Amino acid sequence: MWLTRPLQERSTQIFLGVLFSAVVLVTFLHLFMPQDSALHVSAFTVTLLGKYLCYALLAVAVDLVWGYLGILSLGHGAFFALGGYAMGMYLMRQIGDRGVYGDPILPDFMVFLNWQELPWFWHGFDMAWFAFIMVLLAPGLLALVFGFLAFRSRVTGVYLSIITQALTFALMLAFFRNEMGFGGNNGLTDFKDILGFNLRTDATRLGLFIATGIALAIGYVICRGIVTSKLGRVSVACRDAEARTRFLGYRVERVQLFVFVVSAMLAGVAGALYVPQVGIINPSEFSPLFSIEIVVWVALGGRATLYGAVIGAILVNYAKTVFTGIMPDAWLFALGGLFVLVTVFLPKGIAGLLQKRRKAREDDDTPTAQEATV
Amino acid sequence: MSICRSLTLLLIALFSLLSLPATAQEDDPGKALLINLAEAPASKVEEAVNAIVSSGDERARGWLEAYGNNRLSRVKDTGQVVLVLNNRGRDWEIADPLTGENMGEMSRRELARVAINNRIRGQLEGILAMLDLNAKDPDVREASAQDMMGKVDASLVEPLEAQLAKEEDAAVRNRIEEALAIYRVGEGNLEAVDVLAGSLHPRARAALNEAVRGDNEALAQRAARALESIEQKLQLNRAAETLYFGLSLGSVLVLAAIGLAITFGVMGVINMAHGELIMLGAYTTWGMQQLFPGQPGLALILSIPAGFIVAATAGIIIERSVIQYLKGRPLETLLATFGISLILQQLVRTVISPQNRTVVTPDWMSGSLVINDALSLTLNRLYVLAFALIVFAGLMLIMRKTRLGLEVRAVTQNRAMARSMGIRATRVDIMTFALGSGVAGLAGVALSQLTNVGPNLGQNYIIDSFMVVVFGGVGNLWGTLIAGLSLGTINQLLEPWAGAVLAKIIVLVFIILFIQKRPKGLFPQKGRAAEG
Repeated sequence: MWLTRPLQERSTQIFLGVLFSAVVLVTFLHLFMPQDSALHVSAFTVTLLGKYLCYALLAVAVDLVWGYLGILSLGHGAFFALGGYAMGMYLMRQIGDRGVYGDPILPDFMVFLNWQELPWFWHGFDMAWFAFIMVLLAPGLLALVFGFLAFRSRVTGVYLSIITQALTFALMLAFFRNEMGFGGNNGLTDFKDILGFNLRTDATRLGLFIATGIALAIGYVICRGIVTSKLGRVSVACRDAEARTRFLGYRVERVQLFVFVVSAMLAGVAGALYVPQVGIINPSEFSPLFSIEIVVWVALGGRATLYGAVIGAILVNYAKTVFTGIMPDAWLFALGGLFVLVTVFLPKGIAGLLQKRRKAREDDDTPTAQEATV
Repeated sequence: MSICRSLTLLLIALFSLLSLPATAQEDDPGKALLINLAEAPASKVEEAVNAIVSSGDERARGWLEAYGNNRLSRVKDTGQVVLVLNNRGRDWEIADPLTGENMGEMSRRELARVAINNRIRGQLEGILAMLDLNAKDPDVREASAQDMMGKVDASLVEPLEAQLAKEEDAAVRNRIEEALAIYRVGEGNLEAVDVLAGSLHPRARAALNEAVRGDNEALAQRAARALESIEQKLQLNRAAETLYFGLSLGSVLVLAAIGLAITFGVMGVINMAHGELIMLGAYTTWGMQQLFPGQPGLALILSIPAGFIVAATAGIIIERSVIQYLKGRPLETLLATFGISLILQQLVRTVISPQNRTVVTPDWMSGSLVINDALSLTLNRLYVLAFALIVFAGLMLIMRKTRLGLEVRAVTQNRAMARSMGIRATRVDIMTFALGSGVAGLAGVALSQLTNVGPNLGQNYIIDSFMVVVFGGVGNLWGTLIAGLSLGTINQLLEPWAGAVLAKIIVLVFIILFIQKRPKGLFPQKGRAAEG
């Protein structure tokens, strides 16, 4: 089975072990440490960590297409945001008549815009199962259509990057419009509860954090399963020599399309878990800057390693939290510098550094193996 | 008696020609005219007003306006006529109508208003307009004739016809004829309809519409026909206006994209900081205007070389410090230059200000070129359009006719071969990048005249610029020109029925679909160059 194979890998076991113990540790510290203890993890921190884990899952999704397929997507924020919007619509419908205007069916912003009835695409989102399917379907369908058009006509490399950026830019402009029916500029917010649990309570927040941890673990295993399968090896071949792979008889565009769609769905799930934790989804998630930021998380962590993407996402976002707290002006300098430094001096990221060190240790053990390393 | 008075007036007028007009002297003819007006019995007021009008005095307009507004008064004791500047409260602020000198305040009890009756007041507007019709400047005459459209009444017909007879300027004649025709259409004159059929002025259309609704059937039919022909002309003008705005937007896109066409298209380097180089150019304009306060025109002209140099220097620094180490890794170059763009933006925010800066438009660039009543072209856009074409032509010359251009093309086609022929490829890289960046700076100088200059200026253009380059075909300057102009025009064509944002989205989607059909753009490179 392609999904169980990664579980036997040492690297996956280590990753899942670390993730599991981290989630358990945070849960323990949150629940059983007294409030005034230095070791207590507040509900705020739990939500913050949950947010990081969402970003980590998103980074894994980007690493899957960039690291193993060679497609630098500058539009993955769009899939993330679509998943988020699907979840946001479900949460909006859950508000019911507790909104400011008290309309049992229409969300507040529609009442505000004087709309008489629910637009057709809002139907069904009052049911959780439907919304959760849409979390996968909406980004998946967009990726399918977009990828089909792009890969069929062999748009690759820089062109594809720029088109993905244009895609997310166009979506951002579209979602900013009030007429689209997604709350325009303000987006969707003021959520009350999810699956009957109040979003304001600490228990729900912890539950969401744990759910995000589980989603990250599953997502990681799925990606690992793909990249260690035969499909994964073909996709690496596409990355390194697309034309040659095609001449060998592989349907390159199908491989690309499949991996791209899976990645988009994972990004959608990340977005869906992100929204209830931060409590808002608005068109700024579509901004090209956010999408390209994801790429730098992956680049910092180390491309084509998956676990590197997780490290990068958490590190950069932790740095962002710290920087924007102490000196907000410096953050863009730091982020910009990170882009330059990583690409020029650290092309393989942190994971590359780790591997190099391990390799050096092995070389010490076996001095005869003089392998030329870059 | 009136002959006698006219003679004295004439004499006084002659004297006044010899004396300085600004100094109020006892023999200022204005004084007599005003006193004449103030003392005139009701039956002679019209005569007195006409005397002022025909005196040709430059101050007449001000006097008559004040007269119409009840601001002309007499000091009861001295009989002197004064202008009331402020008639609130007990004490009124007054001024000498002859010199304009402020005479301080005076109790309102000591002042007597120069009487005016409603009949005169009604005529005064027309009289004032007639006054302007006699002005020396033909533009003032034309404006006043245009003002009269729709306001002509029976009393003005005769003076207007007299004016028409002596007017020599064709544009003013045209206006006067139209103004008269509007009145005559109202009176049921059929020929007047044909005069109006050639006019695009909204008042003319209003008059014709009224005629269509009126009882006179022959007139209504003729007016309807005239309206139809006007409508056709209007549509033509609207189309021309859309085209102009489209080309203007397109020229901005071309300016923003053409530097990119060089660095991306010719060198194959993705420079995401291109937008910020544009921003630097715009800020250079702002800086130059701070250096030369009060001389925006000079500052703007000096900004053209300055903007080029600033952006080109920044480009060289970027190339030397980052891009040269990322040769052959386009995706990494993209990320690194994106980082640079973030740094540059934040740098501007920190060093200058996060707020937008105002860049002054020099006089010769503001205003608009009026083609007719329905079409006027804003001058700044016209200049930018011309500037874009000049920059494009200059770049074409450099690429086609100079040594540098030859070397750039050689390195682009086959780097190894070019190097073995003795071309220093590294130097060519630097020069090319500097050129592309400098052109971005020029784009910034031009953009500073059209949009807000702020830290986000570049960000707004980077995606559009890439779209233009990709749409036009990478490595093809002509493609960039055509793609930019046509995308701008398409955008403007869509805007009226789709709205600005939706139009932009449609254009983006269109390009995405277009790339599917022709992945290498409108004008793909052919032959060996295409492989690189």
